[in-house]
Amino acid sequence: MSSTAMPDAMNAFEIAHAVRTGAVLARTVVMDALERIANQEQDLHCFNVVTEDVALAAADAVDATVARGEDPGPLAGVPVALKDNLCTRGIATTCSSKILEGWIPPYDATVVDRLRRAGAIVVGKTNLDEFAMGSSTENSAFGPSRNPWDHSRVPGGSSGGSAAAVAAGYVPLSLGSDTGGSIRQPASFCGVVGVKPTYGLVSRYGLIAFASSLDQIGPFATTVADAALLLESIGGHDSRDSTSLDGESVAVVDALELGVVGLRVGIIRDFLVDADDSVVSAVNAAAAALAVVGATVDEVAIPELMNGLAAYYLIAPAEASSNLSRYDGVRYGLRVDGPDVAAMNARTRAEGFGAEVKRRIMLGTYVLSAGYYDAYYAQAQRVRTLVAGAFNRAYERFDVLIGPTTPSVAFALGQKTEDPLAMYLSDLFTIPSNLAGHPAMSVPFALGEHGLPIGVQVFAPALKESVMFRVAHAIEAAQQTGCRAPVGLSRSTRS
Amino acid sequence: MAVEFTPEEVTYVAALARLELTEAEVEHYARQLSAVLGHVDAIRALDLTGVEPSSHSFDLVNVLREDVVAPSLDRDEVLRAAPLVESGRFRVPPILGEAP
Repeated sequence: MSSTAMPDAMNAFEIAHAVRTGAVLARTVVMDALERIANQEQDLHCFNVVTEDVALAAADAVDATVARGEDPGPLAGVPVALKDNLCTRGIATTCSSKILEGWIPPYDATVVDRLRRAGAIVVGKTNLDEFAMGSSTENSAFGPSRNPWDHSRVPGGSSGGSAAAVAAGYVPLSLGSDTGGSIRQPASFCGVVGVKPTYGLVSRYGLIAFASSLDQIGPFATTVADAALLLESIGGHDSRDSTSLDGESVAVVDALELGVVGLRVGIIRDFLVDADDSVVSAVNAAAAALAVVGATVDEVAIPELMNGLAAYYLIAPAEASSNLSRYDGVRYGLRVDGPDVAAMNARTRAEGFGAEVKRRIMLGTYVLSAGYYDAYYAQAQRVRTLVAGAFNRAYERFDVLIGPTTPSVAFALGQKTEDPLAMYLSDLFTIPSNLAGHPAMSVPFALGEHGLPIGVQVFAPALKESVMFRVAHAIEAAQQTGCRAPVGLSRSTRS
Repeated sequence: MAVEFTPEEVTYVAALARLELTEAEVEHYARQLSAVLGHVDAIRALDLTGVEPSSHSFDLVNVLREDVVAPSLDRDEVLRAAPLVESGRFRVPPILGEAP
């Protein structure tokens, strides 16, 4: 019997159940994942590093725990891929940047620690747009990742490697980070579920900072239930993150079966104007499906959200320009020598950072500089208040909101690399949630142009993840056949 | 609204941000950043009188706790990541023009 026979079509819930009950070895599951990675990775480039030895050792430890009659945890034996901006002790963490190439963190991110405690197996670190700045994973110093549905297209970004790793069937779960849509946009492009939790629900300790007031770690999965399982495992208060919210993680798995009867769903009308026809059709069909199973659906205009993009591209670069000042060639990573410290700093950063990172550092430095601070940065912070207030007013009438995740299906590699503004516009519908700190998630729902997947986005008020997941689960139940990446099947097997 | 990110401004902010740029890069970034600034500039025209700026999604207050003695990161492990160290410290080029 082939070692791939059992786990091939299993999602995270099924793998954890099989491993906990001793029906399958974690080692078999991990070997299978490593084999799938080896088969396709040359084409897709999802990973910066695959941690084969560490993964197999961790799998053996899980199997030993089961053999002793103990429970390894709710994610027992589940292979997980981590975005390469999450610190992993003893494993290189690069942010897909030359400036951090070869850096070995001396500590684990809190989410990595929690995954291990839940029995999950880290199999590698995934590619991203350098320092999570981008929407296509083309801004990686190590080359782009490719969309498993069509290798000539981008997987989205910045968490493109994590999204593609799940879509390709390498792993049932992965983690990304979402500052302006970097989980939800690639999830939509790759036909997988992607969740940005409430700001502060998941600890950012060990997540390399991009824009600290917006960054949040969240799950990718093939199913809404798997995403719920992963979110429960990583959420909850952490004293090492001063912005971590009090309390335990949200209970979302048990909420899934509650249904949506009586829930009030608002379709954000403003987002439909700027989306392709196939995307608008998908959103309307998802809304109709929710009405069929008992939700009440209406349209709502929230024009304030359309100011979010401009505010984001002032606030995020401003915070980034400050956060990235630490890459100075002194304590870690690259150093390019110079006659004095200032020259060494400037040469190191010139050599170590890519073009998009430099653009954002300069834009951020500009908007924070004397004479522009009030006109741009302070004004952007007022827009942030405006966006949060507009969401909250809508939530007086609705329990959740829905809309498109992205204006179109996945675009071609190279299509937007020379036009930063065009690239930024693909985050138009995801950014407002980051500004407000609210949760939002993308669920695969339909197939659009070129047979590529379209995600529908579900928005909820702060800490109302359980309602968001109930609605996402109902949308998933009505999704078009073939719009979601199947677990454990390669592209060639699928088409 | 036409807004320009001039080559002089690029040179100025690059110096503030400690980024060494070539002349060609200065021109290139000036064009791209002008396009981006032109888009975000619309924000200046919004009348937001009376709207308080928010630096954060939620009202955060300082987190205080008892001072508890706990192990720090291992110094040798941390220093192993540095490009150049000497006597348990980070070594850098001259700061104020003294001899190396």
